[in-house]
Parts: sequence; structure tokens; C-alpha cells
Amino acid sequence: MTRPAVLILGARSDIGLAVARRFAAEGHPIILAARDSASLADAKADLVLRHSVAVTLAEFDVLDTASHAAFLDGLGPLPAVAVSAIGLMGDQTASEHGAASAALVIRSNFEGPAAILGEIANRMEVRGNGTIVGISSVAGDRGRATNYIYGSAKAGFTAWLSGLRNRLAKKGVHVVTVLPGFVDTKMTAGMDLPAKLTAQPGEVAEAIHRAVTRKRNVIYVKPVWQLVMAIIRNIPEPVFKRLKL
Amino acid sequence: MKLSGWGRYNPQDCRVTRPRDEDTLRARVAEGGLIARGNGRSYGDSAMSGSNTVDMRGFDRMLSFDAEAGQLVAESGVMLDDIITTFLPRGWFPWVTPGTRYVTLGGMIAADVHGKNHHLHGSFGAFVDWIDLMGPDGQVRRCGPLDNSDLFAATLGGMGLTGVILRASFRLRRVETGFIRQETVPTANLTETLAAFEAHQSATYSVAWIDCLASGDSLGRSLITLGEHASVGDLPRRNRTAPFAPPARKKRIIPLDAPGFALNRHTVQAFNHLYYKRGAAKSGHSVTGWDEYFYPLDSILAWNRMYGRRGFVQYQTVLPLATAAAGLRELLETISASGLASFLAVLKRLGPQGRGMMSFPMEGHTLALDFPASRATFALLRRLDAITLAHGGRYYLAKDARLTADTLRQSDPRADRFHQLRSAEGLTRRFASLQSERLYL
Ligand SMILES: Cc1cc2nc3c(=O)[nH]c(=O)nc-3n(C[C@H](O)[C@H](O)[C@H](O)COP(=O)(O)OP(=O)(O)OC[C@H]3O[C@@H](n4cnc5c(N)ncnc54)[C@H](O)[C@@H]3O)c2cc1C
Ligand SMILES: NC(=O)c1ccc[n+]([C@@H]2O[C@H](COP(=O)([O-])OP(=O)(O)OC[C@H]3O[C@@H](n4cnc5c(N)ncnc54)[C@H](OP(=O)(O)O)[C@@H]3O)[C@@H](O)[C@H]2O)c1
Repeated sequence: MTRPAVLILGARSDIGLAVARRFAAEGHPIILAARDSASLADAKADLVLRHSVAVTLAEFDVLDTASHAAFLDGLGPLPAVAVSAIGLMGDQTASEHGAASAALVIRSNFEGPAAILGEIANRMEVRGNGTIVGISSVAGDRGRATNYIYGSAKAGFTAWLSGLRNRLAKKGVHVVTVLPGFVDTKMTAGMDLPAKLTAQPGEVAEAIHRAVTRKRNVIYVKPVWQLVMAIIRNIPEPVFKRLKL
Repeated sequence: MKLSGWGRYNPQDCRVTRPRDEDTLRARVAEGGLIARGNGRSYGDSAMSGSNTVDMRGFDRMLSFDAEAGQLVAESGVMLDDIITTFLPRGWFPWVTPGTRYVTLGGMIAADVHGKNHHLHGSFGAFVDWIDLMGPDGQVRRCGPLDNSDLFAATLGGMGLTGVILRASFRLRRVETGFIRQETVPTANLTETLAAFEAHQSATYSVAWIDCLASGDSLGRSLITLGEHASVGDLPRRNRTAPFAPPARKKRIIPLDAPGFALNRHTVQAFNHLYYKRGAAKSGHSVTGWDEYFYPLDSILAWNRMYGRRGFVQYQTVLPLATAAAGLRELLETISASGLASFLAVLKRLGPQGRGMMSFPMEGHTLALDFPASRATFALLRRLDAITLAHGGRYYLAKDARLTADTLRQSDPRADRFHQLRSAEGLTRRFASLQSERLYL
């Protein structure tokens, strides 16, 4: 039985690679799309060796929106599942003082992913099936002083995914929003993350795979995050603005 | 973060990072005081550095496989469990495996691990074709029996103290099934036990569970299990269609630290008595799945919590053939008389040391015992040290958490040579573990 292909956008990400492994373990062919995709040769070899699936490397820059349609055409048949693991934390202070830095963060987390996933969604809509997975962030649930440029871009992306889901609900296309909480990846390397709140990339991948097969809408990887964010969202603004978070 | 070895004894604050590419790793090496850490299955402080512990599990890709030679190239953080689940269904199994499959390739090379087939096939290093090692200057060198052979030899069993292993090429063996044809031989005392090992030298796998609380005439009574890779014809009919898929075992987990009194002389004695009687009654032939045969403890995740908060230590020595009978007798008598009980007690016949400069094995018998960490235990272990030294025995660094530099040197003249090599190559400042500092390696 041949399984449908899974496309990973931003495949150099630790979470993206873990998702690739999880789907490859089920026998899905994998397309790894990233900047400098040649650097994924070892990752490709690993997937092929472990899971005996076909793996394709594809060059992709999410900011180059003009190239998106051609990128998709070049892949051949539209994949069944498309996962965006693209993100850029950026430097908050730099983003506060430089419009270009802020724009890069906003474009990398929101504009770019929305553009490519929008194009894929349209094609899936025509076909009448498919699954879109967007990795957003709990940072988008409420803006905080320490990372609100990143957070606001993720907030935009989360709202966008919600709208897309609403639009395609009756068109056979499913949309999953992933709010991972802290994850132990190169994005967070060197940060002192609380162990109980921090997921491993493999756990995120497992949760994403489950959400895709069970058609879940919005997932927090570690259940405790749902509670944490419910509290954070509900702190009254006069109090919240004085907190150091 | 607080870190300890598998024994959970004496946790220490350690800075741990997990680089995922060579450049980040190189920057860590430049900081000095680095020790690589695999999956933390060594018992003591071999894989701990206060300032610079590097978790290698971010390097976990399998890179190539040559199905003619059974040669796998993989990064050092790849888990043995993954190697088996990937390659066993294709008819391959590692030549050498320790008693847990939750170890990394790097950890197996750095400890030059031995398995139940050491007497026939040697240790893991015998099947390593080459390694890529990042040295003190951040350069990566390919080391093998021909190129950089001294560095290669020093790295096998070198406990991470010669550099960071990035990737390795090693060989797997063909197997027809995932099952083991097992034979259990009960022995009534130490003389019988040692004789049984010699009588079964041609068995691929052999190991003895030894009742360390038996005394007098029964001192050293054991259950020896022998094993051979089963062929399809050996399997019960129902397993023949899926010869690589032994029935899945339930995973149990010990969620909390057991109270310290759960394992004491009386519970262990009762257990040992029942276990021996049951084993002796069931002795003979059977066919067992690979995981149950090689990794009986892995089905109980986090079993190391069984010893309670203070953790436990393992004592593993090897005594040379000529003195093993006398030495083991003295060790067992001392343990039996001490009132302390080891839940796990394993005896194994080893073959000669392989090409690793610091590898643990030598022709003789190795005894491994677990004791809860306590003052009484440490007093007992010092008495055992004296016996080990008197009989020309030496220690397995992967299990050690408490030796002194002096005791090590008295038992093992290689320690000084290893330290000299490390100094001469400029390795001592760049690569160090709490163990290497304690033992002046
Ligand atoms: C239940 C159990 C059963 C066992 N049975 C056996 C047995 O039968 N035979 C046997 O020989 N051993 C046995 N062991 C010991 C175990 O196999 C070794 O301690 C092994 O080294 C653990 O591998 P690890 O990946 O967990 O390494 P760690 O414990 O993390 O590290 C062990 C050593 O390897 C070094 N190291 C790890 N990765 C690298 C790297 N990439 N580059 C350089 N150095 C590195 C570390 O610095 C350290 O010195 C057993 C352990 C347990 C818990
Ligand atoms: N780690 C966490 O705690 C955490 C928490 C919540 C959400 N997330 C989200 O999870 C996702 C995966 O992140 P991660 O933790 O795995 O971190 P990561 O390794 O930094 O992954 C982010 C990936 O996005 C890629 N990317 C950035 N800009 C791109 C562009 N213009 N074109 C193509 N790819 C681009 C990066 O590619 P390069 O490798 O080429 O730079 C990188 O591989 C991100 O969306 C992140 O925001 C992470």
C-alpha cells in the first residue's frame, strides 16, 4: 500500500525533522523543504535507512513569496499533509528599534507561512481533501514585553489558521493549529526552560501525528499549557501590564 | 541541572547543553572541561562534568548501511534500541550488546561494552571499523585500526576522555529470527558454576545469575543461561510467519522512589530462594524473544528508582582466570557475611582484552553486584576492594562511582599510561569528567 506524501516546510527545524520521522515511521513519503536543503542530506539518509520511504529535498524560502506557486508545481502531485515548522524568534530589542528586524520576524512567522499554506490550501480545496498543519505558539495568546513582536506575528498566524479552518471545514480540508509551549530545540538552546513545561521535539511530533489522524483542531502539546495559558489570558490588563513575564 | 548516573547516587549540579551541529560542538570543546554524555546508562559520574556536559543525543542520524558487509554508519547519539528496531526486521542484530538497549552508540564505544558473548566474540570495539573523533583542537579525525590507531585504541574504553565521538562505522551480524534458543543450567556451588562456564565455552551467549546470599555448601550457586540465535525451524509454529516479531512485552514503570527498606536482606533472600528454585525446576530448553533474553530489566522502565532516594552503586570487577575461583569465593563469603544483599548479581566468563587500551575485559570472570548507597555498603566495598586487589582484579569504569585514584592504580597499571597519553596529547584540559578528576585519569 503506498501512502500519501507529507510536506515539511522549514525542515531544518528540530520539530520539523521530528515530524518527518513520525510520518516516515508510518510509511509516508517525505518532502523536506528548507533553505539550504542540501544540508539535509544526512537527515534524508536517516529517514530512508530507518523507514525505507522515499525522501525528496526541495529548496524553499518562505519569504520569497513570488516563488511559492512554482515551488509547489515543481513538487509534482500535491502532498496529502503540509506542515509548516517555519519560525523566527528574532531579537526582541532589535525588533523594537529596527523596523527591518521587526518586519523580518513578522514576515517569517506570519506573512510567509500564511502565503505558502494559503496557496497549498487553495489547491487542496480544488482537490477536495488534505491537511494543513501550522505550528504557531502560545506566545500569540497574549503579548508580553519580552517577545511581543514574535508573539504578535504568531497571534496573527493563529487567527489566520482559525479562519482558514472555518473556511475549509466543509471542503474536506482540515486545518490543525499547534501551540507547542516550550520545546527543547535549537531555537531555545541556552534558555533555562522549566523541565515540566518543556516538550521534546519527538513529543510534539507525536501530538501532531495524532492530531492529523484524529482531525483535532487546536492542540497544546503538554496539557498543562492549556491551563497555564487560560490563566495568563485571564489576568486583568491593569494587573498584567505590571507583571514581569 | 542536577545530574547523576544510572545509580542516582550523589547527584551534582552540571551545565548540560545539547548541540546539534559540529560548529556548536566545536565551540563547546574550546571551552574545555568537556565530557560527552550519551543516554546516561553508566552508573556513576563518567558522563558528568560540572561546567560542560554535552548531551550527544542531538546527533542521532543513521547515515548508511552496506547490506553486503552488514556495516552501519551512524552518528554517536543513535540509540541501540533504534538500531535493533530498524535492522532486526531486515535480519540483522548487533554483534555485541550490553544488558540494556537504552544506550547510545557513542556510549558503547567509549565504554567498549561487552555482552554475553564476550568469551567468543570480544567487546563492541572488535566490530568498529572506524570512528570520527573531534579532538582538543576541534578538528575531526578519522581513527581506525590503521589510521590514528593509537587514538582509536585509546578511545575504545576511554570513557569520553580522548575526545568526542561524532560517528562510527560498525558491523551487525545476520540472524534468521528475533528469538533466542535458551538453556538454563542450575549449578549447586561455585566450583560447579565455574566448571559449567568452561564446559559451555562454545555457547554463543552465557551468563550466570548468582545467588550472592547463599553460603556454606551452596556458596556460588547459580543459574547459568546459555543462548543461541534461533533459526526459523526452532520457533513454535505460530511464530514462524513473523520470525522477527517476538510478542510485545508490557512496559511497567516504577513511578516513585521506592522506600529505602523495600530491598533488604530478607526480601532479597526470599526472592533469590524462589528465583533459584523456579529456575532450577524449569531448567532445560526454551525459546525466548530477543528483548526478554537480552534486556530483562528494560521492561521495567526507571527500575533504578527501586533503591530509593539515595540511589545505588554497582560493583563490577574482573578477576583473572588463575585466581578467579579463590577470589570469587572470598568476595562471596564477605558479601554473604556482611548482611548486605545485592538484588542483581551477575557472573560472566570473559575472553581476552581486545584492542581498547583501557577496555575493561580480560580473560577471567567478572562479577557485578548492585548495592543501595549507604555507609555500610561503602565499608563493604572497601573490603571487596582489598580482595579484588589481592587477586589481581580490575574495575569497570562504566560502573564505578566511588573508587579512589589509589585503588584504581593498584588494580590497573594502565591508568597511569592513559593519563600520560592524555597529557602528551593535550587532552586533560579539554576533556574531563567528574570521574576522571576523581581518578586522576
Ligand atoms: C541495566 C544495565 C545493564 C548494563 N549491562 C551492561 C553489560 O552487559 N555490559 C557492559 O559492558 N555494560 C553494561 N552496562 C553499562 C552501559 O552499557 C555503559 O555504561 C554504556 O557506556 C552506557 O551508554 P550511554 O549511551 O548511556 O553512555 P553514558 O552513560 O551517557 O556515558 C558513558 C561513557 O561514554 C562516554 N560517551 C558517551 N557518548 C560519547 C561520545 N559521543 N563521544 C565520546 N564519549 C562518549 C561518556 O563520556 C562516558 O564516559 C549496563 C548498564 C545498565 C543500566
Ligand atoms: N522551540 C520552542 O520552544 C517553540 C515554542 C513554540 C513554537 N515554536 C515554533 O515551532 C516551529 C519550529 O521551531 P523550532 O523550535 O524547531 O526552531 P528552529 O529549529 O529554529 O526552526 C525554525 C525553522 O524555520 C526556518 N525558517 C526561518 N525562516 C525561514 C525562511 N525564510 N524560509 C524557510 N525556512 C525558514 C528555519 O530555517 P533555517 O534552519 O534555515 O534557519 C528553521 O529551520 C516554529 O514555528 C517555532 O516558532 C517553537
